[in-house]
Amino acid sequence: MYVQMEHIYKTFDGFHASSDVSFGVEKGQLAALLGPSGSGKTTILRMIAGLDRPDSGDIMIDGRRVNDLPGSRRGIGFVFQNYALFRYMTVADNIAFGLEVQKKSKKEIRGRVDELLELVSMQDLGKRYPHQLSGGQRQRVAFARALAPNPHLLLLDEPFAAIDAKVRRELRTWLKEMIRRVGITSIFVTHDQEEAMEVADAIIITNLGRVEQIGTPDEICLHPQTEFVADFIDAARYEALAAARSCEEW
Amino acid sequence: MKKKAPRTYQEDIIGDGISSIQKVREPHRENEGRCIKYVLIGVCTLFLFVMLVLPLIVVVTNALRDGWAAYREAVIDEYTVKALQLTLFAAVAAVTVNTVFGLFASYLLSKFYFRGRQILAALIDIPFSISPVIAGLVFILTFGNVGWMGEFLKAHGIRIVFAVPGVVLATIFVTFPFVFRELFPVLNAQGKDEEEAAALMGAGGFTIFRRITFPHIKWALLYGVILCAARALGEFGAVSVISGHLRGKTNTLPLHVEILYNEFNTTAAFAVSSILVVLAVLILIARNIVEWRKE
Repeated sequence: MYVQMEHIYKTFDGFHASSDVSFGVEKGQLAALLGPSGSGKTTILRMIAGLDRPDSGDIMIDGRRVNDLPGSRRGIGFVFQNYALFRYMTVADNIAFGLEVQKKSKKEIRGRVDELLELVSMQDLGKRYPHQLSGGQRQRVAFARALAPNPHLLLLDEPFAAIDAKVRRELRTWLKEMIRRVGITSIFVTHDQEEAMEVADAIIITNLGRVEQIGTPDEICLHPQTEFVADFIDAARYEALAAARSCEEW
Repeated sequence: MKKKAPRTYQEDIIGDGISSIQKVREPHRENEGRCIKYVLIGVCTLFLFVMLVLPLIVVVTNALRDGWAAYREAVIDEYTVKALQLTLFAAVAAVTVNTVFGLFASYLLSKFYFRGRQILAALIDIPFSISPVIAGLVFILTFGNVGWMGEFLKAHGIRIVFAVPGVVLATIFVTFPFVFRELFPVLNAQGKDEEEAAALMGAGGFTIFRRITFPHIKWALLYGVILCAARALGEFGAVSVISGHLRGKTNTLPLHVEILYNEFNTTAAFAVSSILVVLAVLILIARNIVEWRKE
């Protein structure tokens, strides 16, 4: 397992955000943390990133316990829910930031920025500012920025929440393809089961700070192990016929 | 940059208040609404004229009543110059201290969550709700001869009350919340995401402040500094209590005006006032430029 969470507990002012959370994500996998809002999925992601500390339990990345390691030294890239692009910097400067902090040479930085702009097909938009971009373009910049320092693990917090429903589907396919192409282990948070079913190799379903079930999309669709999972998948199916269809195909 | 679309009436009401008032799109109104509008415009203009413009005109005409020579004499008088120097010194000191403090406090209260956050925020506002005279008295009771720390200060030969440090302290006190009040909402609205993103990429605290936080707050900061300076230059109450009115030593411009006026030296009093008016006008212009840039 590339990422391994072992018996993680976390409380915020008496609220149990995580209770005995354990799961693993294999190298190269694209995993989804799926659950209703308030189920503790973002907390899990933030703990992996080092933005929050668990009260107890171990976080392992690549066989190493990283609990006491600052987020910047865990080899991760993070895409925030609203992308958190640096609004006073151009697209190119946003992407270059992580490399500048690492004191890379100017030449190397420029090369990497160009490479990433090309990867996300935004070669001509390097001089724009975030507020001059569409939601989808912002997401692509956030993605490129997170990848710039060559992380081994990509974490994405609700990557599609800020995007128009119409283009969401398209971006989903795009992101999945990109992650495949880069070959990076990734974990993303979502409350939308359709999204999880369509994009992820493995799904971790959370509820009230606990992990309800871990499995591939069809395992979860066909063999829900708890009442909550059966309910959650079912209730949402009503809104997302397409996902149901993709389930049946499996 | 692209020109900003005018705000709607609704946005403006929820938005940041008076600073955007020029850009409000007019809400649709019936004819009687229009009538009320003109009545209100009339009332407001009249009120502003009587309360603000007229007194300013009086200041200027009275200052020049005895001719240019008398005006000049009053303005370049030794004590006036000393008072101006002290006023400027106190203002600069207050602005410096309160800018540093305001930055720290607003950063702390907007980016970190801890117990007693609200209490701390409320404490910072004390100078807004307390009468400046009381503030002056508080300092006398704390640092004066009979005060709390009086013995200690005397033993070490430090004079605060009836001396320049007292004047500076009082000025700092009354202008305490201005920078904080301007910065806090801006920092609060920004959220922590951009800083967290930078930190995850390995940026240190100073780099984050310089490249992420500062560009975001610079206009608000400047605006706070200007408001703080304006208040500092005009402070009367607290300084009056603590300064002891020693001419050429602890007299600030507003105090000097009062002394001259009490000596029936009306022309000089108005002449010195006109210096303050000029400073105020300069600040008003700076304020408007900054407000315009802030958009």
